[in-house]
Amino acid sequence: MRPNDRHYLPSHEWIKITGDTALIGITDFAVDELSSGNEGDLVYCDLPEVGRTLEDGETFGEIESVKAVADLNTPLAGEVVEINPAIEDHLEILSEDPWDRGWLIKIKLATKDTSKLLDAEGYEALLASQN
Amino acid sequence: MRQTPLHDVHVRLGAKMVEFGGWHMPVQYGSILDETRCVRERAGLFDLGHMGRISITGPDRVAWLDRLCTNYVERIPDGSIRYTLMCRADGNPIDDLLVYKGADEVYLVVNASNTDAVLAWMEEQRAGFDVEIDHRTSRETMIALQGPAALEVLATVTTDCDLGKLGYYKYTFGTVCGRANTRISRTGYTGENGFELYFPNAEAEGIWQALADAGAAAGVQPIGLGARDTLRLEAGMPLYGHEIDAAHNPVEADLGFALSFVQEKGDWIGRDALLAVRSAPTRKLVGLVTDGPRVPRQGYKLFHADHEVGEVVSGAVSPTLNTNIGTAYVPTDLGNPGTELQMDVRGKRQTVVLRELPFYSRTRK
Repeated sequence: MRPNDRHYLPSHEWIKITGDTALIGITDFAVDELSSGNEGDLVYCDLPEVGRTLEDGETFGEIESVKAVADLNTPLAGEVVEINPAIEDHLEILSEDPWDRGWLIKIKLATKDTSKLLDAEGYEALLASQN
Repeated sequence: MRQTPLHDVHVRLGAKMVEFGGWHMPVQYGSILDETRCVRERAGLFDLGHMGRISITGPDRVAWLDRLCTNYVERIPDGSIRYTLMCRADGNPIDDLLVYKGADEVYLVVNASNTDAVLAWMEEQRAGFDVEIDHRTSRETMIALQGPAALEVLATVTTDCDLGKLGYYKYTFGTVCGRANTRISRTGYTGENGFELYFPNAEAEGIWQALADAGAAAGVQPIGLGARDTLRLEAGMPLYGHEIDAAHNPVEADLGFALSFVQEKGDWIGRDALLAVRSAPTRKLVGLVTDGPRVPRQGYKLFHADHEVGEVVSGAVSPTLNTNIGTAYVPTDLGNPGTELQMDVRGKRQTVVLRELPFYSRTRK
């Protein structure tokens, strides 16, 4: 079971809310799809500028592997207040620990309405249905 | 989706399987970059059972193929292989292929994704010619062994044939892993020394395993289509759907070596159109490298002084050159090596530098 302290998008991003802010990252499934289990196959991650305002579901960046580019989408609207400074030079963090050290951006939430997002159980069900 | 006779072997090896040209094929067994290095440094084993294989017999086979193909088939010596294309009257290719010229047959190896189109085209063009077309893809299969260790490894399981004397782009028949009369060609799509082997489906698993065993000490690994694409791009070899397709002809793709305009060959389909392109080319295929973080991808636009001037058709992370590489079409006057262009990566610009193809040559390091 994936962590149940956060919510998910079908496009494999997670959001973990703490007070008025939230951390956003991508799931182990997303990392594995991109890298096929080989951390060296991730080549680039493009993250937004601090201060950028994001709408629900907006694409805030891209992650690139040897064979593909994937969009990074925000599960909730908000303003980017921090990006993870370690990611750019250490994409292997995403393979090692996508849930904590592998967070990508921190946003100040414009809404805390998670009713349109998947919980851990819903995300697991989605993955199961795709297999 | 179609499966090669080695499908279950790939699944057992843990390969990531994808759809490719209508077939369920291994894209990678491990890391694409590691698999690419394995072929450059040691050798790799490839399942190519998806490639289309067609045998042409009958008294008019050579004259007919000289009408359909861009190179001069009659002049190919028996036992030799040539790269060629089949074009429509507009000069744009239906496919690129290898032609194996035998004493009483011509054997064609075409792309998986174009096999049906090639067969349909041949049916359309056969009227008036006495030829037999035998589509063998579902009966015979194909394995490649490619890399510096390929010769030494294959020699340990091959009898009644001196592989060391088999020249580049030549073929013969020999006993491989106990299977007599196996077609062995010194060809490949990697830029390395290597061989491609053809035999009945029923032998596939046994031969694959015997080759894997024979190569184990030399570090031979199975290689997926992901690394195959990187290897061919490093070696400057075109891929249908990228460097050539229904809108990119072989003159622009710098495949002049595969085109014969000599009178003796006679007229062939696409000849006039390609002669016209040759006399007044407007764009050309170029290589490009970028030290920026982004990998060139098919469809990315290229800009020169803020004008859109071209488009990327292939791209890869190149472990051999330790940079990101690609191919693109640009106007002929902007195609000189060293020219700097801007590549638009989904809204962001990255500088690329044009480079002569191929990026990698085994004999010119």
